[in-house]
Amino acid sequence: MTAVDSPEKILFASTTQAFLQKEVPLSRVRELHAQGVSFEPAWWRRAAELGWTALLVPEELGGGSVSGDGVADLAMVAEQLGKTVAPGPLYPVSTVLAGLVDSADPRSHEKTIESLIAGETVAAWAVYEPRQGWAPHEPSVTATATDSGYRIDGVKDRVEAGAHSDLLLVVARTGDGVGQFLVPTDAPGVRIEPQQSIDLVKQYARVHFDGVVTDGGAAIGGAAGLIDRQSQIAQVLQCAEVVGILQTVFDFTVAWALDRHSFGRPLASYQALKHRFADMKMWLEACRATTAAAVAAISARSPAAALSSSIAKSYVGEMATDIIQGCVQMHGGIGVTWEHDLHVYLRRAALYRSIFGTPEEHNLRVYQLQDAGQRAPRSA
Amino acid sequence: MTDIRADTAASADIESIDEFRARARAWLAEHMPPIDPAAPPAAHRDEEGCWQRARQLQKRLYEGGFAGICFPRECGGLGLDYEYQQAFDEESLSYEMPLILNTPTFTICCATLLDTGSEEQKRRHIAAALRGDEVLVQLLSEPSGGSDLAGVITRAERDGDRWVLNGAKTWSTSAFAADYALCLARTNWDVPKHDGLTMFLVPIKHPGITLRRITQLNGSTEFCEEFLDAVDVGDDAVVGEVDGGWAVASRQLYHERRAVGMSSEFASGSGSEGGRSTPVNYAALTKMVGQADNERVQQLAGRALVHRAVSDQLGGHVYRSVRDGILPAAAGTLIRLFHAETTTLEMDTGLAITGTAGVVGADGEGLQAGLRYLARQAVCMGGGTVEMARNVIGERVLNFPREYAADRGVPFSQVRHGN
Repeated sequence: MTAVDSPEKILFASTTQAFLQKEVPLSRVRELHAQGVSFEPAWWRRAAELGWTALLVPEELGGGSVSGDGVADLAMVAEQLGKTVAPGPLYPVSTVLAGLVDSADPRSHEKTIESLIAGETVAAWAVYEPRQGWAPHEPSVTATATDSGYRIDGVKDRVEAGAHSDLLLVVARTGDGVGQFLVPTDAPGVRIEPQQSIDLVKQYARVHFDGVVTDGGAAIGGAAGLIDRQSQIAQVLQCAEVVGILQTVFDFTVAWALDRHSFGRPLASYQALKHRFADMKMWLEACRATTAAAVAAISARSPAAALSSSIAKSYVGEMATDIIQGCVQMHGGIGVTWEHDLHVYLRRAALYRSIFGTPEEHNLRVYQLQDAGQRAPRSA
Repeated sequence: MTDIRADTAASADIESIDEFRARARAWLAEHMPPIDPAAPPAAHRDEEGCWQRARQLQKRLYEGGFAGICFPRECGGLGLDYEYQQAFDEESLSYEMPLILNTPTFTICCATLLDTGSEEQKRRHIAAALRGDEVLVQLLSEPSGGSDLAGVITRAERDGDRWVLNGAKTWSTSAFAADYALCLARTNWDVPKHDGLTMFLVPIKHPGITLRRITQLNGSTEFCEEFLDAVDVGDDAVVGEVDGGWAVASRQLYHERRAVGMSSEFASGSGSEGGRSTPVNYAALTKMVGQADNERVQQLAGRALVHRAVSDQLGGHVYRSVRDGILPAAAGTLIRLFHAETTTLEMDTGLAITGTAGVVGADGEGLQAGLRYLARQAVCMGGGTVEMARNVIGERVLNFPREYAADRGVPFSQVRHGN
């Protein structure tokens, strides 16, 4: 949020915020966890009605954004989600939508897009494979051409909301490269195994494809560029949510340091602690800065978008968990209890540190992109 | 000359950033020496010849109507917004620019004169600096202590209608090449330390000033120390109010933090000064030491590149946040601290990548990384230590309680200082 946001965007932000505070406060997230529920489909449909799922979709395909910059609006929603580490399949759905709307023939997916926007259908991106790091362009799952379409074979894992999805967008190796295929989860030969995650409500799945037959329309054209775009959307939304998490955790830890007294003084008056807070404030603002730069680059489809996304994902991934663990330390013993909310935030940030590329994987990528001659993006 | 500048200023009223950029591009191509921005010529701050060169280049900028883009017109500048300066910075990257004049002359001294100087001081000294006729520096730190700036013991005493300064200053950047210096001195010892200071604009070639170069462990002789022995100046040398010197010094510190973080609108040109300050080219460095294909080494370099990029992004973010009132002005210190942390990481990374070539061998074959590393802590001290920066962030950005100070509210004459 900046001082120049339009009234429409401010209204959109406040509606989103009010909805999240009322419907999924942390107490609700804890309840869902206790019930073993990831998210409620009816709740997700109401969330979709607020416009979250339409932001990446052009108007001619039934979407639209309040500011005309859908990526920035969606990143704002993500930041709000971070405040209560909300549940829901916004990112898997957004990542699939980003692929569909940029595909060679988006009109052919009009019904799917419409249903995803309405929250009626849930879809997820099946990109990771067992015992593999972040290598979206190197699938071993195969898509073999048949007379009427494709046959999909292999295993994907770490599929967010995989067990709650109606459709999967599967990255697979074809005869002439890499393609993406929309596969219904109820197709014969699809077997889904839930996977535990360290988050309270985000659930993942391993998906087995055993001779799954699809029709020709399942192939999404334009694979290489699409995979990069989807990766960037997935990465930057995580970064934006983490910024919301960090701001929330940092703010309540600052308040704690001012209120809590020991030896007759507030914690905030001790220089050793003050200096740690100064570092955390600096890292928090840096996370905000690099995320904003990545949002701008991805939104503008800048040639530096991949580099900017990797820079943000590396930096936010590296620093976020350090900041939150620092906040745990500032709280003392209460910070490592189940009762305190710190761990709920830490879980989400730790999850995102690693998903869609660890800082270490992105550092390598940044080196290689710069070695290949890309200039670092300027601040935005 | 004056007429050309007046025309430029008048046309700037309606000139868009793109038009300005196009005009700058054409002018630069015709008037400024082209360079390879990846390997800029070294402008050594400790060499007199480099300062003469910078003055000549500044004169060219002034004559072309591109000096002082963000300084007001009445001081010889163009009175334009930061966006124009940023456009000029981008256009001028592949030309030789007088970069060593940026800090402290423009970004700190002229910026502070603009905030606190008399009309006469602004018109005279900022204009002279923009013409390339004057270099300005700061005489702040003293041998008795660096971080406690308000505790300076250089004294200025009234003698008739003159002020007479006595004392010693140190760690003054590029003072040997300067014409004038902003010098902080104590004018009243019977009030608490912040209330008895006055800022003077003193001619550095004054016969009462003895200047000596300091040799740093890496061989640089950019910094100086000065001994002031009966340096007499008139009332026109007082910047701001008598006994109001802390307000002036505070503006210098504010501008310095922004300059160190590379986010001052008063800097012109954003390239590297070359030599030691050129950002490390990690691809070249890994090749140089035979590690180009080593993924472990690539990861280390990639992490340094990530932090370098974020340092730049943070500068823009903090500038906009302060401008929009989202962060307080003291948030400039975030940039200063991040810059120190990033530079430290880069030097450590250079040492790690070069391995033994960083400690045995030739300069230019890896040893430069080791030599650079030896002076690593300088970036954590210059412009205020990182510990002071953390205090500022804690107390003035986060509004935490202030540190206990034994000298608070006590007349300075009763305060123990130095050792």
